[in-house]
Amino acid sequence: MGLSPRPDNTVVSYDPASQEGWVATRLDFLVNWSRANSLWPMPFGTACCAIEFMATAASRFDLARFGMERMSFSPRQADVLICAGRVPLKLAPVIRRIWQQMVQPKWCISMGACASSGGMFDNYAVVQGIDSIIPVDVYVPGCPPRPEGLLYGIMMLQKKVKGERMADAAIRNEMEPDPSSKLYIPPSSIDQLGEPFGNAVHQTRSGL
Amino acid sequence: MSNAFPIVYSGSALTPETPAPTTPKQVPHHGGPENPSAAALRARFPDAVQRVVVMWGETTVYVSGGSLLDIVRWLHDDPGQSYEYLSDVTAVEYRDLDRPIEVVWHLRSLAWRRFLRLKVEIQKGTPLEVASVWPVYKGADWLERECYDMFGIRFDGHPDLRRLLLWEQYKEGYPLRKDFPLRGRFSRSEQLRQALAALPESRYSMEELSIVDAFDELPADMRRRLRDGERTGE
Repeated sequence: MGLSPRPDNTVVSYDPASQEGWVATRLDFLVNWSRANSLWPMPFGTACCAIEFMATAASRFDLARFGMERMSFSPRQADVLICAGRVPLKLAPVIRRIWQQMVQPKWCISMGACASSGGMFDNYAVVQGIDSIIPVDVYVPGCPPRPEGLLYGIMMLQKKVKGERMADAAIRNEMEPDPSSKLYIPPSSIDQLGEPFGNAVHQTRSGL
Repeated sequence: MSNAFPIVYSGSALTPETPAPTTPKQVPHHGGPENPSAAALRARFPDAVQRVVVMWGETTVYVSGGSLLDIVRWLHDDPGQSYEYLSDVTAVEYRDLDRPIEVVWHLRSLAWRRFLRLKVEIQKGTPLEVASVWPVYKGADWLERECYDMFGIRFDGHPDLRRLLLWEQYKEGYPLRKDFPLRGRFSRSEQLRQALAALPESRYSMEELSIVDAFDELPADMRRRLRDGERTGE
């Protein structure tokens, strides 16, 4: 290669006979391909799901296969927020701020039952699903999910990333919370989603 | 700097006449041998000790709240007791609303290898106040703050009685009290709104963030930098 003559960059010529060294593709495909294969995770581990997340990152399940071995403990250099574990109300402003500090493009995986819905902690202290605080792309069910489950969620997220179009600027719009209530979604929806269901309706101890 | 905390060796006070307590077998539910400290307390504070209960081999001494600090200080200082370690401060509220709220102290004597549980009963309808044992055990600081946070019991003499686990602006009450509903008093959206309105930085008091008290013990170069106005931790 070093001995070959330098190409004349001022002229663009198309010669079907000598297409060596050229790749033609769509810009969308190239950008999404590179993004999807180097999603740097921001681990937000608060409970037992974080143990499974560590197992996913370790050698047996090897998150490095997905280009995710680089845990970014600074939100400013992270692409995907993985919330692994329950989020108490005291941590709600913390995870909200971490999400706001992450730069676009960014995605969020809600790992496990507690992060997705509050799980078994239907009580005064735990947020009933982090989607009431920050937008979520992929929910991984399980209590805690096995590493295969998390990997499946990551592959779903990769699929989602690969389907994005750069021309669609709206997907990068930062959602602004309502200035008075600081919530993204209407309070009535949060109350409705936080209603007890199933056995939980009989488990309140209010009023003795 | 003098050694303010003498080293305590486990079992150092034991003699051949008072051997170490052995692991009992076939412990009865009620009754059984008392911790020797209970008899000593009865002799030393005959008016303050209300009753002694031995359950599953563990001795619980019910004392009156007024003399609690004197009792704890004597248990700590007396060489025949030397309860050096306060392992827990907590409280109990029973579902029977007529039963008083109990505040519980777990004391451990390393030198004598003994364990003692003290309880103070606070009758319903009276203010939930009890003396702080912080003057004796500095480790009671956060234990009493947690107890205040969860039960609303005020510890007189505590230097900085604030909420510990919940944030300071928490308005819903005291979660481990029996009249507290499991899901809290407010709706989910209101709880979330109040939680999100809190600044994460406001969780710490200036006293906790300040290193003024430790200034003289800092390394010389750090003292020099701090004296020039350099800010740390931001």
